[in-house]
Parts: sequence; structure tokens; C-alpha cells
Amino acid sequence: MSRINSPAELEELRQRITSVRDPKKPCITLCSGSACHATGSKEVAAVIEAEIEKQGLSGEVDIRKTGCHGFCERGPIIVIHPDEICYFQITPEDVPEIISQTIKENKVIERLLYEDPETNEKIIKESKIPFYKNQERLVFGSNGNVDPKNIEDYFAIGGYSALAKALSEMKPEEVLEEVKKSNLRGRGGGGFPTGRKWEGSRDADEPIKYVIVNADEGDPGAYMDRSLLEGNPHSVLEGLTIGAYAIGSHEGYIYVRQEYPLAVENVNLAIKKAEEYGLLGENILGSGFDFIVKVHQGAGAFVCGESTALMTALEGRVGEPRPKYIRSNIKGLWEKPSVLNNVETWANVPLIINKGADWFTQYGTEKSKGTKIFSLVGKINNTGLVEVPMGMTLKEIIYDIGGGIPGGKKFKAVQTGGPSGGCLPAELLDLEVGFDELTDAGSMMGSGGMIVLDEDTCMVDVARYFIDFLTDESCGKCVPCREGLKQMLKILTRITEGKGKEGDIELLQGLSEVAKEAALCALGKSGPNPFLSTLRYFRDEYEAHINEKRCPALVCKELIAYHIDPAKCKACMICARKCPAEAIISAKNTIHVIDQDKCTKCGTCFEVCPSKFGAVHKISGEPVPPPIPEDERIIRKSAKK
Amino acid sequence: MSEIILEIDGQEVKASEGMTILEAARGAGISIPTLCYHEKLEPYGGCRLCIVEVEVRGWAKLVVSCVYTVENGLIVRTRNEKIDRIRRMILELMMAHAPDAFELQDLAKEYGADRDRFEKEASFCIHCGLCVRYCAEVKKNNAVGFIDRGSRKEISFVPEIAAKECWDCKECFPLCPTEALQAAYVLTKALYFPPTGE
Repeated sequence: MSRINSPAELEELRQRITSVRDPKKPCITLCSGSACHATGSKEVAAVIEAEIEKQGLSGEVDIRKTGCHGFCERGPIIVIHPDEICYFQITPEDVPEIISQTIKENKVIERLLYEDPETNEKIIKESKIPFYKNQERLVFGSNGNVDPKNIEDYFAIGGYSALAKALSEMKPEEVLEEVKKSNLRGRGGGGFPTGRKWEGSRDADEPIKYVIVNADEGDPGAYMDRSLLEGNPHSVLEGLTIGAYAIGSHEGYIYVRQEYPLAVENVNLAIKKAEEYGLLGENILGSGFDFIVKVHQGAGAFVCGESTALMTALEGRVGEPRPKYIRSNIKGLWEKPSVLNNVETWANVPLIINKGADWFTQYGTEKSKGTKIFSLVGKINNTGLVEVPMGMTLKEIIYDIGGGIPGGKKFKAVQTGGPSGGCLPAELLDLEVGFDELTDAGSMMGSGGMIVLDEDTCMVDVARYFIDFLTDESCGKCVPCREGLKQMLKILTRITEGKGKEGDIELLQGLSEVAKEAALCALGKSGPNPFLSTLRYFRDEYEAHINEKRCPALVCKELIAYHIDPAKCKACMICARKCPAEAIISAKNTIHVIDQDKCTKCGTCFEVCPSKFGAVHKISGEPVPPPIPEDERIIRKSAKK
Repeated sequence: MSEIILEIDGQEVKASEGMTILEAARGAGISIPTLCYHEKLEPYGGCRLCIVEVEVRGWAKLVVSCVYTVENGLIVRTRNEKIDRIRRMILELMMAHAPDAFELQDLAKEYGADRDRFEKEASFCIHCGLCVRYCAEVKKNNAVGFIDRGSRKEISFVPEIAAKECWDCKECFPLCPTEALQAAYVLTKALYFPPTGE
């Protein structure tokens, strides 16, 4: 490989790469993202390679280990090109058949296909599967086509052509104008207009400026930035370099969590490759523009996703937010103008430069343009990463793409925006997803977490869980967050334990106001959101806990009891044998009774009682019925009929 | 440095560029409560007690006056119902740790704070960081620092440095807004019962 010295040479290289690739040659792409890695894609890859050789197909089949395809629920996933045959949940045992049948004989293996749960129809092509069909995968789509460790794959799909265009055909001001015109807003949480942020830094009167990638994604259940950085690191680097050119920066940083080892590995490799090709370093593509990128690994503090805390940590100090009122695009890293955008925002930039702001703004709503990647998790059939145009309704995301709630349960709420986001109820399922729409509804876009909750979820407990997370992650610098969230957690815990008292809601509201208005950084200011949004939409649950000592969702241990319905119990002994506390008084042909004093409310009896009997009940807010008298417990053989 | 004219509580106040609202107010004899502020130290913005309302081009917002710098034509209100309510609760939160601190008691009286609003957790420390920052910024010794994070955060002396520097200094002791003996206690603990490495 040699240095690319001009946009023309880049295009020549791309053509050379694509011309030697036979589009008809079978190519197996295997998802090798973290989620599929966890379900065994590495083992599958090894077997595919071995099997290709064993069946005498060496050199006749390509195998490409790509980043995350998004449909993590069904991983490991393979797609066989050119026919786009998509197989799910592949095990090493499936591989010989895939090679002998599909690759050699061109036969589709039915059992590995996706089956539409509604029509029971088997679907062959990835693009026809409802999960993918209803998405708009502008940013994330390339993940399934490139091997992140192979820069040639990125060249093949037109990689770095946006950078070439910016450097050779556009002035920095024009790049900035295009991004401003696109109305791209920050995908990391705040939704601040990216172009305006860049402009502030560009106009700042300082010769040294920085561009930074925020890859400190720390929300529980969110992994879109991780998957992008793992699966398509060059797209992030390309966007970052374009941004640096626009604002006049020559040094960039990627702040990535240490807990993302594959992302760290892939992005480091990508930087090395880009440097070798002259796409980073001095005189990029012969333009005279110089730019270098360094990787900094975070030490695992959630608060470091906050912009000023991240910069403080980059400087080598304890990652605590700065108490300044001057924006970091004016005075940021080492007091220099610093543009910080998250992974997904940077990955949008090459698309905007290549295809234009007018193309970009055709997607989305009036104030939120383009697409957004969400990590759709929780009580949802199709767990995974989904990219949808802004303005799609929650209902479409959850039902059309996500496939609805498993186990025939009812939808209760969707928690969006990460731990300091909020919970939106069923009445808001028609809400169009956008920055302002979500904020107005009391939640937020955040970085795009979407946790679906079903009817078996207690909303007070959900608020307690997220406030617990935030209390633990508070840096402790300011009082409203360190002390305020801690007190909120204490009160919420008390309420879920049935010790709530009158005035608790008002006290929580008071603490929320102080955190919202007086906390130092965004973590503290948005910290009370889990409480405020659940109070707004599920106030009755708070009241039931406090006033009636009842948990309507039958979740809070201290507020529920288990009871065996004597009319339904068939004295099968299963629950008695499984009970770890030996709390079930039982004997053959004798109706079982739970000793409430011994019961630890672990729920085992409830789960093991055969569904055809359904004798174990959870009750809350009412006294447990007295055990039936011992002489009435005997089930006579004749009565069993 | 150019002169800046702003309004604090209806009063015209002259300040110079780069000054904080707090400095400008104190210069004009207007009092704003603080617990983590010290004139020799960089603004910390930790206690949030000095919160005030500013009006910039018709937009009112709450800011902390120890950090926010003055601008021409800025309108500042150092007290209103909301500010008092926030200060009251901040004091109540701190009093869970240091209910008997004189400074907190005086402020509590002023703002009607209930010292028993929250369950007591007598740690005495309100994490103002005065000792830590004074030792780092003024004495340049770094003999005392914060350890851990969030609500588990504590001040702690570094035995190796403290053994050499602290006995002749102790300048941080009187800075403590809650209990001067707090720092002394932590120092003694560090020196006589130094943490053992695992």
C-alpha cells in the first residue's frame, strides 16, 4: 500500500479495489460486533473458515467479519451475498450445511431463516425482514458491509470521498455552511446544532483548536456508539477530519471507554491505516491540510460523558465538570476552542458532505433532521440497534420494527434518553420521535437509549433504579446532585418498601427543583427526570404505594405477598420442593399453604406452579387470606376428578 | 481593564472586567451567602449556595455568582422566593452531615432551614473542598485530597506528605466551615493509622 496523494488517486484506488472484486462471487458476511461475539460469532467464524477449506472451496468464497448488523436478538447473523440470504442464530453445527447446501448447491436452509411471527412466512432477504424493512439505515447500514479492520472495504463503498471532496472542492467555510444548512443536531444528548457549535470554535480567536469524539457512551442498555466505532471506525475518523478542516483544527481526540475493548482496538487500527494511506497526518490527500488523532481511554465514570468533565479527564485530571459559564467550543480542552461531538454525530458528517444538506434534510421533522440510531432493549421482541428517520412514532419503532412486547404482555412505558431521561406511557405511543418532542413530553433524546417496559414493571421502582444509578455515578462535587439525589434515592427506596408517608412526593419535588436549577452539570440537572416523568404519567402508582401500601404492578417485595388459592391447588408438591425457604406447608393430597412468616417472597412458587393450575397468586394492598383449616386441606381422590 | 456597570438588587454597581458577580456584589456591600468560596482560590462552584438570578437580554436564569462573570447591563437579583427556597434546601441537605456547625446554623436561621429535615449522617464534612484546594493552590503541598466519588467522597491526608508538612502549617483547619476539628481528626487518623495497602 502506498500513500494517496490526491482525490484522483483515491478514486483510482477505489476503482482498482472494486474491479478485482467479483460481485457474483459468494461472500459470507458474519456479524462480529460485541453482541454477536457474546453469542458465539467467533467460533462460527473459525468453523466457516475451516469448512470452506474442507469442502474444497478455498479462494472461491469470501468471508467478511463485519460490525454489528443491529438485529442482536437473533445473533450471530450471517448474510450470504450476492443473494442476500440472511441466516440467524447460527451455531458452529450449522456451518457445514450452510457451505454444502447454500454455497455449493444454492439451496436455502429453511430453518435458519427469519420467520415472521405474524404470518409464519419465511423470509430470505435481509431487506425484506420487518425489523430492517422499516428502518432508514443511512449511518448504520454500512456496518454490515465492511470489515472494520480492512480499510479497503471502506474505500470500496466510497469511503473518504467526502473528505476528498471537502479538501479539494470546498473551502472550510463552505463545509461549515453545509453542516449548518443540514441542521444536524448533536446525537449525544443535548441536541445542540452541530454547525453552530463548529462556527463558535472556528470564529474563536485562538490558533490552536481541538476536535473531540465523545465515545464515552455509558447509559445502561445503550450501545449504538460502541457498535459504530467497532463496526465502521473510518466513518467516524472521516467525519472528524472534515470537522477539523472546517474549524481549522489540527489535532483530534477520541475519548473512548476502556470497557469497549473492541472499539479501542478497531479505532486504533483504523487510525494506523488512515495514517499509512496519508488520510491522517501531514498534507492529507495533497491538500496541505494536516491533522492527527489520538485515542484516550476513559476510566469508567459515567459523568465523563459530560463535556467539561470529559475535557478535564482528557487533561489528565479527575473527571469532574467545570463550573464555568463559557462554552467549551470557545474555551475547552486546555482552555482552547474545542468541538466535542459524539460518535454518531461525526459519522453523519461524511454523508452530509457527500450528498449535500438538501439530501439530508429530506429526512426527519422540521426541527430534527436526519436519522437517529436507537438501542431498542427491554421487554421487546426484536432487541437491537435500529436507525429510523426522526419523526417516526414510538409505536412504529416499538411495534413495526421491534415486533412488540413478548409473552403477550401489555406495553406500559418506554424509557428514553438514558438514565436521566424519562418514561413515556402508552397514551404517548403516537408521539413523533425528535429532540423537542421528547423534551416536551418530559423525557429526552439523550444518546438514543430506548428501554421498553411491560405491565409487570413498577414505575416507582423504575425511578428508584435510575436515581440509584445516577447517585452512584454523581461525581460528588456539588451539593444538589451529591446530597439531593442521595436523599431522593432514600425516599424512593422507602416508598418501594412500603414506608412512604404523606409529604414524600412534595419533598421529592422540592429536591428535584434544587437539582434541576442549581446542580453544576447536566448529570445533576437532569438527574430528577426519572422521578419527574414517572410522577407526571404514573402518579397513581406513587399514591398507591404511599397511601395504600400497595404496589399495583406487584413488584415491590415488601408490598406483596404470595398466596396459594386452595380452590386451585392440586397438591402436586412442585412448589414445596422448589421453595428455598421451606415456607410451604405441604403433604401429598393436601392443599399447600404458604407460611407467611417464613416466605422470603422470592417468587419461585409463582414461577413453578404449573400454568394449568395457576394456583399461586401475588397480592398487594390487602391482607393475605387466612390459611384454610387443616381438616379441609385433604384432597379426596374422588374430588380430584 | 474596562469598567463594567451592572445592576444588583436594583442598585447600580461598578465592577471591572473579569470579576465575578459575587466579587462585584461584595465590593458594593451586598451580601451573598457562600460556603466553598475563598478569595485566594479558584472558583469551585460546589456548594451552589451563592445562586442568584441574572437577566440577560430579557432572559432570566439562575447562575452561581462565584463563577458567573459580570457583563455590562446585567441585572442581578440576589434573593427571591425561588432562590431562598433553593438555598434553604441546600442548607438542609448539608445539615444532615453537620447539624451543629455555627455557620450553617446562622444561615439556617436566615433562610428558615429545618436542621432535621433529612436523616442525620454525621460526617461533618460538606465537601466544600476548601482544605483540599487551599493546600493545593496556596500551599502547593497537596497534603490533603479527596478520595472516592459521589456520596462516598471523603477528604483524606496523604500520610507521607502530611507527616512532613502539616504540623507546622494547619492553615486549612480554620477554613473549615463546619467543624475545625474535622480536619484535625482526619489528619491524626492519617498519621497514626495510615491506610495499609492490600
